[in-house]
Amino acid sequence: MKKNGVKMIKINSKNVDVYYGKKQALFNINLDIEENQVTALIGPSGCGKSTFLRCLNRMNDVIDICRVKGQIIINDFDINDKSCDVVRLREKIGMVFQKPNPFPKTIYENISYGPTIHGMAQSKNEMDEIVETSLKKAALWEEVKDRLHEPGTGLSGGQQQRLCIARAISVKPEVILMDEPCSALDPIATAQIEELIDELKKDHTIIIVTHSMAQAARVSQNTGFFHLGELIEHGSTDKIFKNPENKKTQDYITGRFG
Amino acid sequence: MNKNKEQLLNKRYKAEKRFRLYGQGAIFMALLFLTIFIFKIFSTGYSAFQKTWLIVPVTFDAELMMLEQNPSKEDLKDADYYDIALKSMADLDPNANEDQENELKRMVSYFFEREIKRELLNDPSLIGKTKDVYLTASDDLDQVFKGNYPRDLPEDQRRVTDYQLKIFDQLVELGKVESKFNLSFFTYPDSREAELAGIASSFMGSIFSILVCLMIAFPVAVLAAIYLEEFAPKNRFTDFIEVNINNLAAVPSIVFGLLGLGILLAVFQLPRSTPLVGGITLSLMTLPTIIIACRASLKAVPPSIREAALAMGASKMQTTMHHTVPLSMPGTLSGTIIGLAQALGETAPLILIGMVAFVNTIPGSPLDPAASLPVQIYIWAESAERGFVEKVSACIMVLLGFLIIMNLFAQIIRHKFEKKWS
Repeated sequence: MKKNGVKMIKINSKNVDVYYGKKQALFNINLDIEENQVTALIGPSGCGKSTFLRCLNRMNDVIDICRVKGQIIINDFDINDKSCDVVRLREKIGMVFQKPNPFPKTIYENISYGPTIHGMAQSKNEMDEIVETSLKKAALWEEVKDRLHEPGTGLSGGQQQRLCIARAISVKPEVILMDEPCSALDPIATAQIEELIDELKKDHTIIIVTHSMAQAARVSQNTGFFHLGELIEHGSTDKIFKNPENKKTQDYITGRFG
Repeated sequence: MNKNKEQLLNKRYKAEKRFRLYGQGAIFMALLFLTIFIFKIFSTGYSAFQKTWLIVPVTFDAELMMLEQNPSKEDLKDADYYDIALKSMADLDPNANEDQENELKRMVSYFFEREIKRELLNDPSLIGKTKDVYLTASDDLDQVFKGNYPRDLPEDQRRVTDYQLKIFDQLVELGKVESKFNLSFFTYPDSREAELAGIASSFMGSIFSILVCLMIAFPVAVLAAIYLEEFAPKNRFTDFIEVNINNLAAVPSIVFGLLGLGILLAVFQLPRSTPLVGGITLSLMTLPTIIIACRASLKAVPPSIREAALAMGASKMQTTMHHTVPLSMPGTLSGTIIGLAQALGETAPLILIGMVAFVNTIPGSPLDPAASLPVQIYIWAESAERGFVEKVSACIMVLLGFLIIMNLFAQIIRHKFEKKWS
């Protein structure tokens, strides 16, 4: 989206290096993410695209041996800075995982968990409203409105993933990170999620890691191509897919490796 | 080539068949041993739940009891019952000489005086009248009536005299001997007399010990497990602690008993023979079991649940308390119950801290001296009287029943609260 003709940059990463113990997983990544756009990260397995995604909400902190260097600036603030509170950060930056991972609780509790711990609802009514809007935005409301108090784990795979998306948007994050959200789903469920992503980009900046180049081409406006821990090329999806500058990108998108 | 394949196939089938047979054989053996064990215990123990009573006519003679006219309740309590008790036993054989009267007296338990007193206190209008009173038979006659006593032994090798047997047989013929459910086995504390010995003291002792053990071991173990599993950094020091917890689980229980003796009794001067000390000692033993069970069930919570919570902006603490710990509770609780069941059956450490002492009062709190069920089994198994043989088995039955109920409870918790995740 352009404001006054200038592209708004939401996330600005500078010289990001990631190490797992002694092994370096990401090399000097410089990537800008545009606001209210879908950015796809593609590349062969083990290229570091998921690692980069997890840098953006500091999920790599969970892994003991993982170290992140460099700057990632969101809203003029470096999230790798010591003063950054990860709880606040993750409230602003939601995440959807590869495998649907609803809490083994009711559908309602799955959605209300985030708003509860962040104190976003003052009353039961407000909470009901948050749950309803989140589920509606995730295009799940019609299917589950009569069984909000049944376990979320009883839903189908695609429904579970939409439940996870609803859970992520319940705290109104600015950015949503999606780590191969469709890889465990069938084509119909995948199509529903892709449609949803297109809807969500009105209110959120979305970064999606995907194995499927077709999916990247369908849903994203910008694409970054990772290979062996390096960002080989990034730019508008149109350009990457139709007119790549780098030979490796060309080879990858034409299916010569990966 | 084809023949070779055929042979291979046959070989495979045979190996499979053999393996099944081994497995079935093993299960058969296990069941056989279990059946023999249970049969043995039940066949010797079931008779302990019956008690033999002699029905003896007692005349409540006010003069003999030193009672005045219109006695008050207090007077009745203070009255002398020994003489009428003796007299009613002696009256069983009007021709008895002094020695024989003594033998007659020994046909019932030394509680006979109290049993007669209770009768009168229940119904004060009995004064001056005669009533058939149920008196607990001595343990030897009890065994005779149950058929556990060899009557054909020469008299000098028996504890029951020929004279006693003669009177007893007369009473049996008159229908004055009755067998009833042995309630006193559950309500009386231990006694030197087998017919009066019960498990009330050791049962309460066991309950108090287990409660103390639970209250100490559960919170400490769960906190330790949560910290080690969720918060502690993984380094050499925590590895060292982990190895030592596993070692602790393998330490023989008697060592914990020595620890309790040396520290709780000698240094801290806690009261000897009490469930408090027993419980603390047992909790040391149960601690590693619960820690290991709790850690295993924390580990079994899928990491995706933790990631989901963290990514929602939950802090480490919130993630642990809201998601991981509740999900690990079924496993933790059933591990706890299994640990407690182990502690319940533990004898050696309790013997060392003095819970083996003869206790003939029922403990009202963990600070009163008490025995425990397994120690009670040990004490009775050491006793020479025939009457204790069945009590040992009966006590084992109670202990086993207790254990089975606890394990059942563990199973129910596991099934009821186990959550399925996709």
